[in-house]
Amino acid sequence: MVEIKNLHKSYDTGANSLHVLKGIDLQIGQGEIVSIMGSSGSGKSTLLNVIGILDSYDKGDYLLNGTLMRNLSEKQAAWYRNQMIGFVFQSFNLISFKNAMENVALPLYYQKVSRRKRNNIAMEYLDKMGLLPWATHMPNELSGGQKQRVAIARALIANPKIILADEPTGALDTQTSYEVMDLFQEINSAGITVIIVTHEKDISERTKRVIHLKDGIIDREYKPQINLQYA
Amino acid sequence: MIDIDKWQEIFHTLKQNKLRTFLTAFGVFWGIFMLVLMLGAGNGLQNSIFSNLGDFKTNSLFIWAQRTTMPYKGFQRNRAYYFDYSDLAAIKDNIPEIEIIAPTVNGGGFRQSTLVVNGIRKGSFEVYGKIPEENFIDPVTLDKGRYLNDFDILHKRKVVVLGSRVYEELFLKDEDPINKHIKINGIYFQVVGVYKSKHTGGMGERQNTEILIPFSTAQQVYNYPNKVDHFSIVVKPEYEVAPVQDKVMSILAKRHKIHPDDKGAFGYNNVGEEFKKIHGLFLGIKVLIWIVGTGTLLAGVIGVSNIMLIIIRERVSEFGIKRALGATPAKIISSVLSESVFLTLIAGVVGLMTGVLALEGLNNAFEGKPDAALVNPSVDFKLALTALVIIVVSGLIAGLIPSRRAVSIKPIEAIRTEN
Repeated sequence: MVEIKNLHKSYDTGANSLHVLKGIDLQIGQGEIVSIMGSSGSGKSTLLNVIGILDSYDKGDYLLNGTLMRNLSEKQAAWYRNQMIGFVFQSFNLISFKNAMENVALPLYYQKVSRRKRNNIAMEYLDKMGLLPWATHMPNELSGGQKQRVAIARALIANPKIILADEPTGALDTQTSYEVMDLFQEINSAGITVIIVTHEKDISERTKRVIHLKDGIIDREYKPQINLQYA
Repeated sequence: MIDIDKWQEIFHTLKQNKLRTFLTAFGVFWGIFMLVLMLGAGNGLQNSIFSNLGDFKTNSLFIWAQRTTMPYKGFQRNRAYYFDYSDLAAIKDNIPEIEIIAPTVNGGGFRQSTLVVNGIRKGSFEVYGKIPEENFIDPVTLDKGRYLNDFDILHKRKVVVLGSRVYEELFLKDEDPINKHIKINGIYFQVVGVYKSKHTGGMGERQNTEILIPFSTAQQVYNYPNKVDHFSIVVKPEYEVAPVQDKVMSILAKRHKIHPDDKGAFGYNNVGEEFKKIHGLFLGIKVLIWIVGTGTLLAGVIGVSNIMLIIIRERVSEFGIKRALGATPAKIISSVLSESVFLTLIAGVVGLMTGVLALEGLNNAFEGKPDAALVNPSVDFKLALTALVIIVVSGLIAGLIPSRRAVSIKPIEAIRTEN
């Protein structure tokens, strides 16, 4: 699903250039649930952004579902993001003036699905998240856990191949974090690849594969011993 | 199809900061309002000036004899001469560009008034000998009776057409003057008509104090055998006045033994040229109005553009999320452009309507007043349509830079600003 070969990425910061990713080789197959760990500045978010086609890279190859992602026009990138990838962010990033249902339906809006149809589908997904009673609530009327579940529903609605989550539990308390992780595991069991960036060990231990980044290279990779697989 | 989500977004953004939206819109409103108001007032001013002219033929020329300024063929300079009636045929036959040529003889000399008596009422008025064609050059409205006709000229009839002011002075109120006789210079004339000038202002008042008698009669009673004081000439619409004027002068110079280069021997008033000057003046005013108006509008548009840039800065993360969810750059551009066009369109249309209303108010204020500074100040439908196009185009221009800015934001940067 995700195939990365010798990936380099640096940021220009005025006179200096900051070499963030220094040759990443990574393969993630379909249906995997993977966490990327590392201290801040290790390049984990950058790697996730490259995988999510939110950012470009300088050297190497990145293949998504067998297609080389390079020199894409903004329009193509938007299409791939819309069709292949679902994003979940630390700060939820819901649109403040749209209610829960409209937020969930947004990716389908960009696929030009009719309003009635996309809202119906959005209701289905909210139902799956147990948020049906909150469908017409605005984001500021929801709790953190509810917001993140709305965001996950939004990430899922376009039937993506991969879910990319950037610190999805960073703004949540432990209990809610575990509930969110349960959701990710459930999603994964339906065959969707899940990639989670986190710096919390207990979160990473709920995935099946942990990739540890340090100073822009993959430091080590292991399978967590205690795997609290959702029953 | 109406895109509910797009409109929801536009309204949300504009409602976010109502005062700011209002002030921004006000700039565009004011620009369009001023443009419409000034153009309308300009039209009103122009109408007012042109209504002063009545139905005056504007492609016309008046020419009269002055003293010569050059010696020629044995004559000394400073010689007095007069046009005569045979000049008329000579000019008319040789210059096909002329539509109408009419001679006038001034009773008693230039701007000399004659004593006119009706019983115990009397007054001094200027008397002119004219031919019927005169009424095509500077038409008057006939209140009573008729104008001079060809038989009056042919039979040298002693008939008279009075200006309305003359009628008021010489006759009782509501008295029927037709077929009554009045005494001009000791000779009885029969009144056949009373006219009112079509000019407004001083020009109209002057014309209303004039008395018209047949040209041939005037020559006889004032003892001006064959003398013509001035010719009024109307040029066919397809020709320019100036070249015709030169031709007329050269014919008259030859006939009266005047040096071909002696322009000072003629007095003339080229109404065509004057009219062109007035037209040029109004063109200038119009250009100025457009410059000032569009300048004001431009300031408004820049205001909109500026605020849109700020709004986009505030919405960076929102655009970032949308991009991450699959919004194409075109989608973002269209949303920003619709917003700015919507804002300018609302403001502009309100400005347009307010401007038209204000003009309507001005029109009512000036309506029916003689000598009004503005006559029928209004903008036509074509101009309103032009204004509308300008509004939409300025909305697009206002949104152009902000939308480019919105697209230039990388989704990743946009999401990061939130964290």
